[in-house]
Amino acid sequence: MYNILVIIKKQIRDTFKNKAILIQFILFPLMTIIMENAIHIDDMPEFFFTKLFAVMYIGMAPFVTTASIIAEEKEKNTLRVLMMADVKPWQYLIGIGLYVMAICMVGACVMSVGLPSVDRGFFVLVMCIGFVISIIAGACVGIISRNQMMATSLTMPFMMIFSFAPMLSMFNESIKKYSTVVFTQQLRLLFDRMTFEGYSQTGVIVLCGSAVVCAGMFFFAYQRKGLD
Amino acid sequence: MIQCQDLRKSYDTHAVLKGIDLGIPKGSIFGLLGPSGAGKTTLIKILTGQIRYDSGNVKVFEKEPACLSGRDKKKFGIMMDNFGVYERFSCGDNLSVYADIYGVSHDRIWHILKEVGLEDALKKSASDLSKGMRARLQLARAFIHAPEIIFLDEPTSGLDPQTMRGIHRIIQEKKDAGCTIFLTTHNMEEASKLCDKVALLNEGEIIEEGKPEDICRRYDHQKKIKIHLSDGKDIELDRQETAAGRISELLRARMLETIHSTEPTLESVFLELTGRNLEEDE
Ligand SMILES: Nc1ncnc2c1ncn2[C@@H]1O[C@H](COP(=O)(O)OP(=O)(O)O)[C@@H](O)[C@H]1O
Ligand SMILES: [Mg+2]
Repeated sequence: MYNILVIIKKQIRDTFKNKAILIQFILFPLMTIIMENAIHIDDMPEFFFTKLFAVMYIGMAPFVTTASIIAEEKEKNTLRVLMMADVKPWQYLIGIGLYVMAICMVGACVMSVGLPSVDRGFFVLVMCIGFVISIIAGACVGIISRNQMMATSLTMPFMMIFSFAPMLSMFNESIKKYSTVVFTQQLRLLFDRMTFEGYSQTGVIVLCGSAVVCAGMFFFAYQRKGLD
Repeated sequence: MIQCQDLRKSYDTHAVLKGIDLGIPKGSIFGLLGPSGAGKTTLIKILTGQIRYDSGNVKVFEKEPACLSGRDKKKFGIMMDNFGVYERFSCGDNLSVYADIYGVSHDRIWHILKEVGLEDALKKSASDLSKGMRARLQLARAFIHAPEIIFLDEPTSGLDPQTMRGIHRIIQEKKDAGCTIFLTTHNMEEASKLCDKVALLNEGEIIEEGKPEDICRRYDHQKKIKIHLSDGKDIELDRQETAAGRISELLRARMLETIHSTEPTLESVFLELTGRNLEEDE
């Protein structure tokens, strides 16, 4: 427990020094505020930018940052030093996961400010579900990668799918059809309804399925490679 | 403290350690001396439980390295050149991460930095450190928690003589404080000056072992007399009575420019045993 807190503390200290990760965390919340306030087009759906950026945020920030933090620490061997100091791999992973979750939740709250107050709780909750899946997927990549370079190349294609498929599916029917199985697309549909009531079975299956697949891959990778 | 019997390790088909026997008593400085590629790092990794070995008997704190508990591992201080530091953190912040993990008071950070002569770099980012400063930061990290055994993998390799002396002084102080120190090096001067006991490792085998001065005494036949002649030539004579006649001849002929005796060193012993120099690369 204590070790987890030390890891979180270390990451928080790093947040302000690591520009690449800081940008991931604040880009979309910032863009949401700017776009929602700056752009008003008559026949645009309500809170168009908030919902769009929320989905992109889920697909990018937690995924990329989790993978890159773990991969960097493996590459520099600082992870090995932590293990030699009796930090258990699960403590490390939970520490990183909680840290990314906490920062992203701050981002989610910032993005929700423009929404009507009744919808805010739901919005943040759905974001939270998305973050969990995205963080686990990121941890998978982190475990598989030997260094940051490899992590970047592995995250890139998935990140494109997670964040751009929902947006592109608004303009293209066949993309829309394929992106049904992408968890971020299902989250976008939830944001359109702003309620779980009458939510499609497909949505539930895709979300649970993604969570199970990610968790399964995570445990498989962890069993195979550990954190070394 | 550390015991190995017939320790063997190979990577795929390449045998790296071929039957190592070692015993390191508590409170001593042990030096593993060998050229690069001899298997020094591999041995440290095995002793600290970072990798498995194939066969043999290894005991650290009376236990198999793989069975060491977390508490046992916290009695290790390890410095390896591939163990990085947090580049974006200052020296102080780097140490505070480990102070937190080891449950060491943050007051100690400054003292430790002072011990290694980095007190002025407390707020300096690790990415701005020179090679010598980085080595000292890694050293500070290795003993922030007052470990019982310190493993140092080539702690001074590639450093300037002054930093090297500083590191030697720190190692000596740690020994005086009761630490057991296991260090690897390819610098024979360092080994003979610092270590209570050394082992010469070559291609995965220990070829000689003992106190540095004892090892050198065993190779007394290497004692020579070196003479520089006035015509620019150098000659070497065995240090025996027979040399006396030759020397007096040279003296009479006013040929003798300088004369000195040479003693066997770990370096020359290693050269005799293997035909290799310690400093040469694989
Ligand atoms: N992970 C590894 N896989 C394969 N071979 C290795 C590995 N690590 C070290 N070796 C080989 O083992 C030998 C000894 O390496 P090492 O212990 O690092 O030597 P030293 O530290 O004495 O320079 C070298 O020939 C090296 O190529
Ligand atoms: Mg080495």
